[in-house]
Amino acid sequence: MSEREASGAGALDGARYEIVVGLEVHCELRTRTKLFCGCPNSFGDEPNTNICPVCLGLPGSLPVLNRQAVEYAMRIGEALHCQVRPSIFHRKNYFYPDMPKDYQVSQYDEPINVEGWLELPAGKRIGITRAHMEEDTGKSTHMGGAGRIGDATHSLVDYNRAGVPLVEIVSEPDIRSADEARAYVSELRAILVATGASDGKMEEGSLRVDANVSVRPAHSATFGTRCEIKNMNSLRSLGRAIDYEAARQVDVLQAGGRVVQETRHWNEDEGRTSSMRSKEEAYDYRYFPEPDLVPLVPDEAWRESARCALPPMPGERRRALAEAAGTDPASVALLVELDLDGLVVEAVAAGADARIALNRAANEVAADLEGARRLSPASFAKVVSMEAAAKLTATQAKQVLAALLAGESDDPEAIAARRGFEAMDTTALEIVIDEVIAANPEPWERFKGGDPKVAGLFVGQVMKRTKGKADGKAVTSILRERAGGG
Amino acid sequence: MSGGGALAIAGAVRSGERSARDVVEEHLRVIEAAEGDIHAFNLVLADEARAAADEVDRRVAAGEDPGPLAGVPVALKDNLCTRGIPTTCSSRILEGWRPPYDATVVERLRAAGAVAIGKTNLDEFAMGSSTENSAFGPTRNPRDPSRVPGGSSGGSAAAVAAGFAPLALGSDTGGSIRQPAALCGVVGVKPTYGGVSRYGLIAFASSLDQIGPFAATVAEAAVLLEVIGGHDARDSTSIPQPAPAVSAVLDEGVDGLRVGVVRELMDGIDGDVAAHVSRAADALSAAGAKVEEVSVPACVYGLTAYYLIAPAECSSNLARYDGVRYGMRVDADDITAMYGATRAAGFGPEVKRRIMLGTYALSAGYYDAYYGQAQRVRTLLIRDFENAYGDFDALISPTAPTTAFAFGAKTANPMAMYMSDVCTIPSNLAGHPAMSVPFGTGDDGLPVGVQVMADALAEPTMFRVAAALEEAAA
Ligand SMILES: [Zn+2]
Repeated sequence: MSEREASGAGALDGARYEIVVGLEVHCELRTRTKLFCGCPNSFGDEPNTNICPVCLGLPGSLPVLNRQAVEYAMRIGEALHCQVRPSIFHRKNYFYPDMPKDYQVSQYDEPINVEGWLELPAGKRIGITRAHMEEDTGKSTHMGGAGRIGDATHSLVDYNRAGVPLVEIVSEPDIRSADEARAYVSELRAILVATGASDGKMEEGSLRVDANVSVRPAHSATFGTRCEIKNMNSLRSLGRAIDYEAARQVDVLQAGGRVVQETRHWNEDEGRTSSMRSKEEAYDYRYFPEPDLVPLVPDEAWRESARCALPPMPGERRRALAEAAGTDPASVALLVELDLDGLVVEAVAAGADARIALNRAANEVAADLEGARRLSPASFAKVVSMEAAAKLTATQAKQVLAALLAGESDDPEAIAARRGFEAMDTTALEIVIDEVIAANPEPWERFKGGDPKVAGLFVGQVMKRTKGKADGKAVTSILRERAGGG
Repeated sequence: MSGGGALAIAGAVRSGERSARDVVEEHLRVIEAAEGDIHAFNLVLADEARAAADEVDRRVAAGEDPGPLAGVPVALKDNLCTRGIPTTCSSRILEGWRPPYDATVVERLRAAGAVAIGKTNLDEFAMGSSTENSAFGPTRNPRDPSRVPGGSSGGSAAAVAAGFAPLALGSDTGGSIRQPAALCGVVGVKPTYGGVSRYGLIAFASSLDQIGPFAATVAEAAVLLEVIGGHDARDSTSIPQPAPAVSAVLDEGVDGLRVGVVRELMDGIDGDVAAHVSRAADALSAAGAKVEEVSVPACVYGLTAYYLIAPAECSSNLARYDGVRYGMRVDADDITAMYGATRAAGFGPEVKRRIMLGTYALSAGYYDAYYGQAQRVRTLLIRDFENAYGDFDALISPTAPTTAFAFGAKTANPMAMYMSDVCTIPSNLAGHPAMSVPFGTGDDGLPVGVQVMADALAEPTMFRVAAALEEAAA
């Protein structure tokens, strides 16, 4: 098989091929205890301290399902618009030293959540096939050799993570680019955090993403052969891995070859994927219903309470913000992501100018998230209103906002007064502008003739004469008025 | 035989008439004298039993309630976890392993004042019908040491039959309590699935396994069931109800009860054994029960379904014995070779046979034809039993097709051995309670057991019929 050179992994021949991606996201649930026992579910403790007979799979031990984990799984299902239904657990059988029972308890053909969707900020809907519950494995550290189990001299296993509850969210193959894949994971992460089910920490492994990648000729109706890519631990490596893998598959096809269905490992340092095991070598998991657990049939009251426990999801918040403050998609997405949308929506409700509120929040407030926690919607609304009423110039408003964020005071008027900010009234400003026009007859003719280059000269002169107290926008607007009227 | 049954011992210890320590010493002397010939135990817990007896005596002296089984020695099948005490399943693969916890039934026995006196021998991982599959050598039948005690709970049945302990616990997946009870001439009970917590029972086939009592009499078995039964939050399949009250109904008789003799379970049965079951039916009739023959058609598929479901579950349950965490490990060049070497050395031939059967039955492409089909048979069997229980309060049949057989008689032919459980398997597949009651001896002088079956949670009815049979056999 021809392996693509890492350095040669360029852009896909977009005119001729289309990327098709489906993602499998494993999300650790933030329950207090593990899925089937009372051991603490906590990250970073001394190895093998959060263990008991049940999560060690000792002979004779039996699992008891954690109610909170089911609650979180139902919330995830509701947030992803899934059908939340009665479900059962299966055993997935294969030998691996970090799996204490040599089977994983997981949901198979009757999962708790099916057939949902997630809407990307850009508006596209990605189908959710299923979001099922399962237990996590322990963690092996392979000593000696290249750090892989095959060539290690010995291995150490930490079972603290064994039995930690997971929800695996499987998307439909609806994703068409690395950018879309990143947007999907980032939106899914925001949803999972909003449900309270996850801390969303990719770097601690709370969220783990596998990608099924295939390519097909543009406009083809059938899917190509897919490869499953593992070991991407950031959004950036997810994007790189998909681009690399798609380009590799196109190379194979263009060379007249066939893509082999297999599992491939993403190597972050080398920037390439390599084969882990082929379809023929794939495990036969011998799934069968877990006889130690009974069917999970949440009653309607419980499902209703899971629905009620959900705060507004990021998509709804973006819609609410856009409705309140205008549709600048980038700012809207950013504000929701930074949890600043409430500030703007409340300020607008209190009468603040929507456009200015959105602009100041997306720039000045977003730049100081620490300070943003001190900023009350009322003070924010006030400073926005002062700017809108031209009581403060834009520059002055930014300074007042900075003082609010720094915690100097929570009264914008007091801050403005202390600094001696008082915006010039329009009449005074008009006098200064007329003086500047009179002093620059030749450039004024060019301005009137529509030469944009001279606008800066007039604004600069006015600012100089007013010692910066004039509002730049007001100056521009009066200049236009004068030019049009002349 | 030692002095008195379990109820007499508990009465004497509770009243202070006899010390629990004295009871234990007496049983240890019986064990000392005969265990060499019988080999009922993998481990006799002499020191632990003495300490537990002393604790019971202290409670009595302090005026505390020492429990309904105060000072009664109980033998535990060696697949029940006992904290700090080796628990082997009669397998090399668990060599050196000491559970860090007690099974729920062990806790409940201790709370009831019972004294664990030893861990009894079994077919490796409870797979077998003669206790010949133990890695530590077979147990002999106290009624005739040239015969097997049955299995897989042969050690527990033999311990009660030999007077080593008035009571014992076994586990029953396809007849592993009832069949050895029949062959050793004692009472053995498999409760309703979910009636007794499985927490701490080392799994063979999780959807079929149940822990249950052995005793010399129906009344003693009843008290033991009341002590170990009832809901346990640590077992998700445990029924959320208290243990059934069975002691109180034993003298109610069977007048007016409708009892069916299962036609399909009388086929292919040794003539002498079948004759005993007919006499048992007559005895119940004489006691006022309305006895008729009944057909439970799906019973004939029970054995086949069982030998797909049980091995399938066992192949998964026994995967964990891989040499990584506990028990035996045979070192090798890499992890896969280590798994193979450890399991090749650690498991006996019958366990390996069933792991292979079960692995095959669950394989991609075969699942539906084997495991799926077996589960459909199970559903069918439950439906057929439901029909029967529409017309009958209890059913009877032989417990085993023959009396105790000679060592080696069936070891060469696994199918012949599997046939030993043909009458007991249907109750496991249905999840229903069933028990074996001694009903005389056959022409060969060996005990014959009659099986009493009832609907789920109908233990009280089952015990009434068993008590009537016991009375008639006396
Ligand atoms: Zn645990």
